[in-house]
Amino acid sequence: MTTIALPRGAALFERNARAHRSHFLIIFSGFFEPLFYLLSMGVGLGHFVGKVPGPNGELISYASFIAPALLATAAMNGAIYDSSSVFWKMKYMKLYDSVLSTPLGPIDVAVGETSWALFRGLLYAIAFLTTVSVLGHVHSAWAVLALPAALLVGFAFAGMGIAGATFMRTWQDFEFLNLVQLPMFLFSATFYPLSVYPGWLQVVVRCTPLYNAISLIRGLMLGVVGWYQLVNVLYLLLFGAIGVRIAERRVGKLLLR
Amino acid sequence: MNAAAELPLVHARGLIKRFDDLVAVDGIDFDVQKGEAFGFLGPNGAGKSSTMRMIGCVSPPSGGTLRVLGLDPVKNGADIRAQLGVVPQEDTLDLELTVRENMLIYGRYFGLGRKVVHERAERLLEFVQLEERLDSKVEPLSGGMKRRLTIARSLINEPDILLLDEPTTGLDPQARHVVWDRLHELKHRGATLLLTTHYMDEAEQLCDRLVVMDKGKIAAEGSPVELIRRYSTREVVELRFAAERPPDDLAARIDGLARRVETLSGRLLLYTDDGDRTAERVHELGVQAQSTLVRRSTLEDVFLHLTGRTLVDE
Ligand SMILES: Nc1ncnc2c1ncn2[C@@H]1O[C@H](COP(=O)(O)OP(=O)(O)O)[C@@H](O)[C@H]1O
Ligand SMILES: [Mg+2]
Repeated sequence: MTTIALPRGAALFERNARAHRSHFLIIFSGFFEPLFYLLSMGVGLGHFVGKVPGPNGELISYASFIAPALLATAAMNGAIYDSSSVFWKMKYMKLYDSVLSTPLGPIDVAVGETSWALFRGLLYAIAFLTTVSVLGHVHSAWAVLALPAALLVGFAFAGMGIAGATFMRTWQDFEFLNLVQLPMFLFSATFYPLSVYPGWLQVVVRCTPLYNAISLIRGLMLGVVGWYQLVNVLYLLLFGAIGVRIAERRVGKLLLR
Repeated sequence: MNAAAELPLVHARGLIKRFDDLVAVDGIDFDVQKGEAFGFLGPNGAGKSSTMRMIGCVSPPSGGTLRVLGLDPVKNGADIRAQLGVVPQEDTLDLELTVRENMLIYGRYFGLGRKVVHERAERLLEFVQLEERLDSKVEPLSGGMKRRLTIARSLINEPDILLLDEPTTGLDPQARHVVWDRLHELKHRGATLLLTTHYMDEAEQLCDRLVVMDKGKIAAEGSPVELIRRYSTREVVELRFAAERPPDDLAARIDGLARRVETLSGRLLLYTDDGDRTAERVHELGVQAQSTLVRRSTLEDVFLHLTGRTLVDE
């Protein structure tokens, strides 16, 4: 199914690329946000925090600790930002009504939009990763894999984000999204290690998608890689695939009636 | 001619569309032949768009048989859509793209190569007289231009069938005539057109054959001329009155002057074969109408006869 879907969804990717040619600012903001966090928290606050224990207990600078988490969060935010545009395209612009009157089907819409969100996420990730390596926060050759990892994180959240956008009734409903996104950003072992939580809370946090994203990218950037990263990868793949599937169903249910 | 060429391009038997409890299309039968301009004439809510959406494979039928290009829309939706051109009731142009890009990207949805799409876009935009707005965004275009762009866009894949859902609703008279002119041109080139409308003049102008639709059912089928001959008289005398209702005794007084009399708000329609003669006799009776008009019968009269209502809400 996906083998046919991929080339067809590509036309939608092309459409998005054309539509965004004049909106480069949005793309840049996705790069500057994590950079500002890195400079203010990592460098500024890090001055007072000093060294913190990394994944294998070794002491590292605070900026090096949060840089991977900021990359993961940027990939998440980029993907979710794009999925909110799906809401607009579906409800107000009726874009998919015209797309679905061509040979493309709901799966092509889901795949096309997801791949666009991924591409945006990839741009953020390349820019951010280059910057942090220049600033000296990359500690291992494994960090090269942080790029595909960021892409995977984008996939996980894009699929789910697009699925979520199809459930939104008004723009106000997006407040709920913030209500999920912000706490996840603050509490998923982004700014401090998981060990500060009591045991039961650690289990809860380990189940969130952003924790898995951060764990994967942090492991790669700090060169502490083990089987646990494989669990992260599987989690994110599954999470994204379920999202794409839900998005396909919802687009079909809403527009092909 | 081989047998395949005679198969109808669209074939429906007992076709039904339900939305929960509401029956939008209630068991309709029709066939559309290659090269025909076939119309669905009916008022708002008759089920025209629901029918078009089923043919366009974006709405699964709730019952009955539907074949488009010999294929089943449920199983072969994508294959059928690849051969259709669709002008939906509401424009669905891409507001984030320019006129030209709307054409290019839409062509890409059909998997056409860039070169082909560029060449066709140029030609088609010229055909709908938009060659001067190539790089304009869609938003500032007038309603008529948007409609023409939608028509050009629907032709990008060189479709076997063109589906036009109310192609000129909401346009001013001049813009309508430009659209009609383009559709006539397509007809001359042998295109197969399926169109819906609630304008009887549009149906008369464009359709070789049409069905009159009301409340999800087909009330009659035929060419415009046939329908008028079958369901109306040659001419109509319209008596207009200032008051909402014509005088009560009037219908009785003019009884016998016409084959059939219809009473509408503020006017009386007398169906007759000789309009001038009937108008004269009405005058001789001393009927005080505000104005008297003798005209040819139209599809509006056919609809009125079949349903007892007017096509466009008065
Ligand atoms: N998506 C839908 N959901 C529920 N009811 C619908 C939907 N589309 C059309 N209808 C109903 O079906 C009936 C026929 O509508 P439609 O096919 O749009 O008629 P027309 O195009 O002739 O005006 C109307 O009563 C309309 O309200
Ligand atoms: Mg309609």
